[in-house]
Amino acid sequence: MKSNILTIMKKELARFFGDKRLVLTTLVIPGLMIYLIYSLMGSGMMSAFAPSEDQIYNVLVTSPSEEFVAAADQLKLEITEADIGDIDSIKQKLRNGEIDLYVVFPEDFDQSIASIRVGEAPDEPLELEMYYSSTEVNSSAAADIVFSYLDGLEESLSNLFNINSGSAQYDVATDEDATGMLFSMLIPMLLIMFLFSGCMAVAPESIAGEKERGTIAALLVTPLKRGDLAIGKILALSIIALLSGASSFVGTLLSLPKLMGGDMVELAGIDAGVYGVTEYLTLLVVMLTTVLVIVAIISIISAYSNSVKEATTYITPLMIVVMLVGLTSMFGNGAPTNPVLYLIPIYNSVQCMNGVFSFSGSLINTVITSVANIAYTAILVVVLKKMFDSEKIMFSK
Amino acid sequence: MEVILKATGLRKTFALSKKQQRLEKSDKKIKVAVDGLSFEAYKGEIFGLLGPNGAGKTTTLRMLSTLIKADEGDAIVNGHSINTEPDKVRQSIGFLTSELKLEEFFTPNYLFDFFATLHGISSTECAARKKTLFERFGIDKFAEVKVANLSTGMKQKLSIAVSIAHDPEIIIFDEPTNGLDVITSKVVTDFLIDLKREGKTVILSTHIFSLAEKLCDRVGIIINGKMITCDTLQNICADTDLETRFFEIYEKEMGGQV
Repeated sequence: MKSNILTIMKKELARFFGDKRLVLTTLVIPGLMIYLIYSLMGSGMMSAFAPSEDQIYNVLVTSPSEEFVAAADQLKLEITEADIGDIDSIKQKLRNGEIDLYVVFPEDFDQSIASIRVGEAPDEPLELEMYYSSTEVNSSAAADIVFSYLDGLEESLSNLFNINSGSAQYDVATDEDATGMLFSMLIPMLLIMFLFSGCMAVAPESIAGEKERGTIAALLVTPLKRGDLAIGKILALSIIALLSGASSFVGTLLSLPKLMGGDMVELAGIDAGVYGVTEYLTLLVVMLTTVLVIVAIISIISAYSNSVKEATTYITPLMIVVMLVGLTSMFGNGAPTNPVLYLIPIYNSVQCMNGVFSFSGSLINTVITSVANIAYTAILVVVLKKMFDSEKIMFSK
Repeated sequence: MEVILKATGLRKTFALSKKQQRLEKSDKKIKVAVDGLSFEAYKGEIFGLLGPNGAGKTTTLRMLSTLIKADEGDAIVNGHSINTEPDKVRQSIGFLTSELKLEEFFTPNYLFDFFATLHGISSTECAARKKTLFERFGIDKFAEVKVANLSTGMKQKLSIAVSIAHDPEIIIFDEPTNGLDVITSKVVTDFLIDLKREGKTVILSTHIFSLAEKLCDRVGIIINGKMITCDTLQNICADTDLETRFFEIYEKEMGGQV
């Protein structure tokens, strides 16, 4: 590497790592905030949709079955007998959460069950009624418990057939499939956003900021070649942006089990360990080349702008476009196979990541993406060099 | 005398935006900042460009330093053309203007090393040069203080030290004492005299007559982008002082108005 490129890189890195506040706000806080926010969101959602384990449900019953009353303790139900009264006031109590469930058994329920057990089926099916509120967590849970109990009772009386009652693994999807499906939908979009945010945090300050403060002019009167300045800045900013993106990524990965609920993750067979060295290496190459393209694009916008504020204004619409491109990983089944699509910047990276996470990527498309990204970066470096050379751009006020 | 800088027919125009047209009270879309400027500077002299604000002094110096390109004309600086060999010109000059700022985050020590490296100076040479210049300007006591925490005068002295870190043959300073207190101004002017003694060529722009009289061997008076006169101080002033002579020339050029 030419020494002046290295000198510029060292200066950019020294500027960044020498500023504790910048390191904190760019590298530490994004990952930490994502971890905290996602974890809190996960805990909030869990408490909103699942009752506590030692919850006792308040059930109002008319003509209660003796068997049902006997099972109440096991089912964690506290039963209160009630006559059929004003159904509207009971509904209101359900809505208010004063009671969790109201069950109406037919008057001769126990007798009818006994008759069924000796082979005397009633002329018509027995009619039970269960009133509950689906928006109340406890009411919904109580309804599920009582429904399962009654369903089991009915099954024990007239078992016509079973479905999947054996011990075989009937769902043939592997852990890889389950993890791949979830990760390929979520992670590429998150990663591209984190990478873009990382680039946006450092590139405008380094180029538009230097222009605004007049410090870039001091560089332009030295024998430093404009191309070296462009390459040095892009490489250094890419390293910082990659670290910032990695911080957010680690925060996301660590908070994912909490966001989805630990049990759910385990039950769905989601395990980041299904990815091997090849997948992580491919991901690293794709991320590296993607960051180069993003930093180069943001650097050009920053060089065109007269201030950091102006640069940020121009970059914001681009961020929305990148976000929309990131969403494309949520559609379709795995990564597309058409190599031509991997020539489209940003989209190629998103689909490559999609391919890595869903195990549907191909080496050739990864190579096309990486080479295309490097080629685009080279073109953008030339454009940036020309901009550094242009007095109209560098000294326009 | 050896000619070390020769400018020939330098011309520079700027496009005026609507806002600038309103400010300039003009409907012209182009402003001629420098109009066919020619002059020579000799090795070991201090050459001053004198003129009112907006005369084209700074634009001329920015063209000579290759910060901006000339529309027409050329200048040969230490044997290199500003049009075809800008990299070599930059190697030969030290340029200082108020629009060039140093990054406030870094220390004088770091910045000196950084700029010296960009000029291709070896670390040994850089250390020796830094010691000399920092001691000369009293920067050594503040070598590890961030630029943001330095006084205006100290920042200017550091800017000078950094701009000549590579020991250039030609030093181009745009209004070098602007905004400085009397003590710092004296340090700067004394340093310019020392540079001349060392055989360096100094080209400076100023609108301070006393500074030009004190420092310059020759001056060029620029009005409206044109070189009106260029000669030794003695020949220009004859039996009067520079200020009186300047206003005589100015009134003649502008048709009696000051």
